[in-house]
Amino acid sequence: MAKETGILVIGEAPGGELSLTSQEVLAAGRQVADSLRQELAIGLFGDTLDAASRQAIAHGADKVYSVTHPSLAAFQVELYLSAMETLCREVNPGIVLIGRTNEGREVAPRLAFRLGVGLAQDCLEVAADSATGKLLANRPVYGGNAVAVLSCNYTPQIAAIRPKVYEPSEPDASRQGEAVSFPVDLDASMARSQVIEVVREAAEGVKLEDAGIVVAGGRGLGGPEPFADLEELAKLLGGAVGASRAAVDSGWAPANYQVGLTGKTITPDLYITVAISGASQHMAGCSGAKAIVAINKDADANIFKEARYGVVGDWAKVLTALTETVRELTQD
Amino acid sequence: MPIKIAVFAKQVIDPEMPMAAFQIDSAAQRVVTPPNIPPVVNGFDENAVEAALQIKDAQEANVTVISAGSSFALDVMKKPLSMGADELVLLQDDAFQNTVDSFFTAQLLAAAVRKLEGFDLIICGRQASDWDNAQVPLGVAELLGLSCIALGKKVEVKGDTVLVERLIPDGYEVVEAPLPALVSVSNELGQPRYPTLRGIMAATRKRPTIWSLADLALDTGLLEPRVTLHELFVPVRNAECEIIEGDDEADAGRKLALRLREDKFI
Repeated sequence: MAKETGILVIGEAPGGELSLTSQEVLAAGRQVADSLRQELAIGLFGDTLDAASRQAIAHGADKVYSVTHPSLAAFQVELYLSAMETLCREVNPGIVLIGRTNEGREVAPRLAFRLGVGLAQDCLEVAADSATGKLLANRPVYGGNAVAVLSCNYTPQIAAIRPKVYEPSEPDASRQGEAVSFPVDLDASMARSQVIEVVREAAEGVKLEDAGIVVAGGRGLGGPEPFADLEELAKLLGGAVGASRAAVDSGWAPANYQVGLTGKTITPDLYITVAISGASQHMAGCSGAKAIVAINKDADANIFKEARYGVVGDWAKVLTALTETVRELTQD
Repeated sequence: MPIKIAVFAKQVIDPEMPMAAFQIDSAAQRVVTPPNIPPVVNGFDENAVEAALQIKDAQEANVTVISAGSSFALDVMKKPLSMGADELVLLQDDAFQNTVDSFFTAQLLAAAVRKLEGFDLIICGRQASDWDNAQVPLGVAELLGLSCIALGKKVEVKGDTVLVERLIPDGYEVVEAPLPALVSVSNELGQPRYPTLRGIMAATRKRPTIWSLADLALDTGLLEPRVTLHELFVPVRNAECEIIEGDDEADAGRKLALRLREDKFI
């Protein structure tokens, strides 16, 4: 077998468009490919992939494998896994990079186990050592209290990259790349599970993941009612509302409000935290915010170690005055 | 025939311990076990025990808890028994140090499941609060060729299928898979039940089955580490927080708004 070489990104193209996370992973892959002087390829999976294929080249791919089959039209984990495994075995890359999206967090470990290799999970940064070809991956562990630097001992070396950590490169429509059609044989009976209902609990207004300003509440709020106050401020600012895991576990806010290691990763320009202590597992989801505001009565709370602006005091009094002043300012 | 359920549970350092007690031994590349803070069962694994017991509330079921580690605090690991689980199997060997290598851990647990035979359903926590790898459940499903549903918030058995409400970014989806299957669960499943006095007394009398590496008869090639840990460190936080003060809290709130406007955040 030929020696494993090159970087293969496992891409996502829902609706035929290259996803934002795939653009980010291509940016990470481009850096690795350049430092190793190797080729950067991406695999796309679906039924119609021409547009996504051009977008992938514009975002830095040297080669695009369009893995097509009618049954790949929508994501089904076992069918997608089978297609990914086939592509990896055929392309034989030295490194595989996957975005840790909702789908990526499920396929990355399963693909690694199918290939009998290790996976660096949930990476904040990957860098290749050009002398050894080893991929060094930084990832948060112990709820974000520590960072581990890992490498994989078998090829392909696989890393799952946390979304919203890498910036996509500016697309360059004049970039040239090779588009390869890669049809696969799939059998519908490979599907071991079936989605029978989808229940969306999307909040109104701006999506939490996309919001430029997020107002979030934690355990210190003491109940569900204050979330209405947070909603009011968020609405004035054109932002969204989030919550700590403690607030979600207490039933004060729905699960899809949760920011943190096991919730959403957000990167707003401004993150206003109200009565959140700032445990590492929460900060893991918001450390990419440009500026954090802490409103908390405990001056020793960890949140003040991470915040740019802080007010120490009773959150209710601070928030009421903050909201009123914001109302006056935004009416100007 | 009662349905046979396996639950994986890991003993971890208490993630709720004060941050000041969190220390790393850089040379050994591990987190120092704090001397006066007892370990706990990984929180998501307690959710998994709860999911299994909810099935046992609804139908005849036998729940076996399986854990791998180099040493155990037996009173801690008996908590799932006192909550209502039936049996405890500890895979205990000096070779089973708390490792960042999920491939290794999954091989051990899959081997135990094969040896115990006949499980209809495996339930595990989505990830462990120490290495946060979230790989073992999916890996075991692959090794055993089981259908697999990750991130459940509700798990029900209907005949020979499992129905799971699984979390997606903007809600949940209901997924059905045939048994045998593996399901991982998240904290959205809800608070695990407290042990009852009767449960605690029953657990005291129960003896865990203990197996070493040799008992699992694994091919040594499968135990070769798949990843290498090069470094473990506490990230430096260098944010300079500007504390906004005022005549009172309301005044500080007003000044905060003005400061944010001045710096063009709002």
